[in-house]
Formats: sequence, C-alpha cells, structure tokens
Amino acid sequence: MNSWILGGGPQNDIILSSRIRLARNLSDVPFPLAVDINNAQKIIDTIRNNSLQNDYFENYRFYNMKEVSQHEKQAMVERHLISLNLVSQGQIGAALIKNDEVVSIMINEEDHIRIQAIMPGFQIKNAWEIANEVDDKIEGSAEYAFDEKWGYLTCCPTNVGTGLRASVMVHLPALNITGNINKILHAVTQIGMTIRGLYGEGTEFLGNIFQVSNQITLGRSEEELIDNLNAVTMQIIDKEREARNMLLNNSKIQLEDKIWRALGIMKNARMMKSQECMKLLSDIRLGIDMHIIDSMPIALLNEIMIETQPASLQKYAGSELGQLERDVLRAEIIRKKVNKI
Amino acid sequence: MNCEECGKKPATVHITKIENSKKTDMHLCEQCAKNKNGFSINTSFSINDLLTGLLNSGSVLPIKVDFVQDTACSICGLSYNRFRETGRFGCGNCYKTFGEKLNPLFKKVHGNTNHTGKIPNKAGGRIKIVREIERLKQELALAIKNEEYENAAQLRDKIRELSNTGKGDA
Repeated sequence: MNSWILGGGPQNDIILSSRIRLARNLSDVPFPLAVDINNAQKIIDTIRNNSLQNDYFENYRFYNMKEVSQHEKQAMVERHLISLNLVSQGQIGAALIKNDEVVSIMINEEDHIRIQAIMPGFQIKNAWEIANEVDDKIEGSAEYAFDEKWGYLTCCPTNVGTGLRASVMVHLPALNITGNINKILHAVTQIGMTIRGLYGEGTEFLGNIFQVSNQITLGRSEEELIDNLNAVTMQIIDKEREARNMLLNNSKIQLEDKIWRALGIMKNARMMKSQECMKLLSDIRLGIDMHIIDSMPIALLNEIMIETQPASLQKYAGSELGQLERDVLRAEIIRKKVNKI
Repeated sequence: MNCEECGKKPATVHITKIENSKKTDMHLCEQCAKNKNGFSINTSFSINDLLTGLLNSGSVLPIKVDFVQDTACSICGLSYNRFRETGRFGCGNCYKTFGEKLNPLFKKVHGNTNHTGKIPNKAGGRIKIVREIERLKQELALAIKNEEYENAAQLRDKIRELSNTGKGDA
C-alpha cells in the first residue's frame, strides 16, 4: 500500500502528499450537471466495461455510489480518494479505485471522468506519469471531448485545455510561527498558483496544512505546469527549512516546550475541539520532523487527522452528536491512539 | 394585419427571433404572444411590460420588439446567456456553439486561448492528418504556381488518399 496516509516519500518532513487530477469528458454526451439518468448510466457502463476488459485495471475496485453506505463514502472522502462533490452527485456517481489507493477514477463528478493519482511526499512527476498512463488506457475505448484549439473540454472553463490540476499538500508550521506565512501565501498566488485548505476549495487553513496547485490549465503543457509547481514548492520547502533552523537556533527550548506540551495535552485531554486538535497535530508533526519526538509514526498523526473530522466521529458513534459529545469522543479516540505508543 | 396564431385579433406584438443565425419573424396578438411558449420573453421585456407599455401609450398602437434569442447548443440546449449566468458548460459541443465568444473569457482566466499540451491518441491521429493535408495543399499550390505539373499530380493524389483515411478514421 502506497497511500499518502502511511507517510514517507521524498521531502516528507514538509510535503504530505502530491496529487495530479485530470478532467476528461466523453464527446457528444451532456456533462453530469446536464445529463439524464440513462446517459449517466451509459457513461458509467462505458468506463466500467472498459476497465473489466482491460487487464491494466485488474487491481481496481468499482464502486457505484448509490450502493455505497454513507459511512464508507465519508471514509473515502477523508482519505482523499473521492471528492465531496462526487458524493453530492447522488445517484449518478461512481468510482474505480486502485487497491493501493494511489489511483482513483471518479465517474460523473463535475466532469464525466476525473482521474486522480495521489502519492506520499514530494513526487508530482511520478503522480503525473501514473495519471497520464491511466488516461491513455481509458481513452483506448472512449471518445474524449477534445478540440484542437482548446484541448480537453471540461464543464468548468477554469479546467479547459490540459484539464490538469497538480497539487501538493504542505505543512508549514515554522513559517507560521515566525510570522512569514502570509508573505509566502501572497507571493504564491501572484504567480498563477492557488492555495486552499486541507479538503479543497473553500475549506479552512487548519493545522498549518495548505494545498498549493496550478490555477492555469490552458496554454501551457502538462510538463510546464508541473515544472512550475515543482519550482514553487522547492522554494516553499527552502523557506520552511530556513524558518525551522531559525527556531532551533534562536528559541530551541521554547520550541521543545511547545511540542512536548502538545503531546501532553493529546495524551491527557478529556475534551478537544477540532481546531485545537489540528493545531496540536501540527505541533507534534513538527516535533517528529525535527527529531524532537522520535517515538511516533507520522501515519498515526494522519490517522488522527482523518478520524477526528466531525463527520467521521458521527459515524464512529453511530448517531448524531452534539458539540460537547463530539469533543469528548475526539479526546477519547486521540488518548487511545497516542497512549498506545 | 391579424395575428398569425389565431387569425382573429389584430397583431400588436411583433417578434424577431434570431437563433443560430436564422431569423424568424412573428406577428401575434397579446393573448397568443402570452401563450406562445417558444418565445419566453423573460429578459427585460415581459408580457406585463408590454401591456403596461400599451396602457401608458394611450392608444392601442403596434409596438415593435426586436427580441434577439441568443445561441443555444444543439446537444444540451444550453444558451449563451444561461452559460454567462452559471459559468458552466453543458457539454463539449457548447464550446463549438459559442465559438469565438469564449476567447475573452479564456484570455481572462488563463491568459491564453490555445491548448499546447497533450493530444489524445485517437483525436490526435485525425488532427495530425488534417495538419498534413493543410501542409500538402500549400505545397500543391506552390507546385502549380511553378508549373511542376507532375509533382502537383502526385501531391493531389496524396491529399486525396489522406482525406479518405481521415474520413475512415472518424
């Protein structure tokens, strides 16, 4: 299993994951927002039959969203395998997910086909190579909506051309502590990149985790877009390293105190809000990455981050929870996990 | 002139509809114009507006409404105005339907209007053939100009051959 949740990969002390998403549509069929149920089913059948007849897809599992339980869907969203948007498509959504959880193919999301490759650490190029190959295999038995001038035609004009969104999930606690984060965020958006929160568009910047991705999709080749993102990410990594070194040199004891306190709270708290949890996770992650704490695997932090999301807690409890109950349950789950180490 | 629809009442609403560059004129009475679903007069002009206009004018004079229906996609039915409201295309054919009108938008979003990235293998094959035919046609024109008729004949045959492959592939 190469899931990003297990951690690892190049530069993983700063980059949590690298992701490529390709938007594709079939020609002469209305996009999901305008499609009728029969055509929606035809699109699902086309992609599914293609995958069944092609050995390349033998390690993929098919999910028809209308048959997947709410609990499982939520878990898939939190593991970044499918998007919330696919879940909200209700009856017409489907997905093909590879066993190693690196590749997922969403059917009838905003576009007919969304190919995603997500890998741990800093490896956008590898993710692109995988997604590109999957794209060729799907195209082998499907007619894409493609225009010589405008490239791959997508539902939203912001995806037309390459249909490519390349993104990295970065953890930037030291830039935040040293008060430089806004400068970086501002600079990045000035050069055609977008910054979003952990769960995509419109989500908050929680726990110093940011998603940096290309904004432009038309007029540049895939390689150019990826090279740009790589270059920007390398600079962000350098700045974060610089800030971490500065903290070590100037305020080592304060830093250690902050990190060990965070772990102390995690081990003992009886109530914990989601925001506090993300903040403490960020402190502990920084502690692990800077070798201040060495007894805790990163995968455990990723697990806690995913399993203590409000919706996940509801599912864990099996019933609707009030704010207080949620905070109590969250603290309980964290204590169990952290004290096992 | 009497209403084209009922033929009884005088035609007081005159509608010019331009759809996919085809112009149609209609001359209707108020009642039929109201009932006519094909012309949903929902822009700045509603039937109510027309009636109010009539009432305010003091006499029942014919009013001319130049109503331009915008382009609509033949596959999904999305109109350009609707696209401007939602910012989402209904299908791949919308791009072809709205055509050049989209360039300013793409320029604004991407700073560019031409795809330079990956070309799918299938569609790509056809695009390559189209490009090759264009190139040969230029060569042919040059050959004719230089009176190289033997060469021109060969080029003409090549173009024919490629044109047929293109069709077969599609």
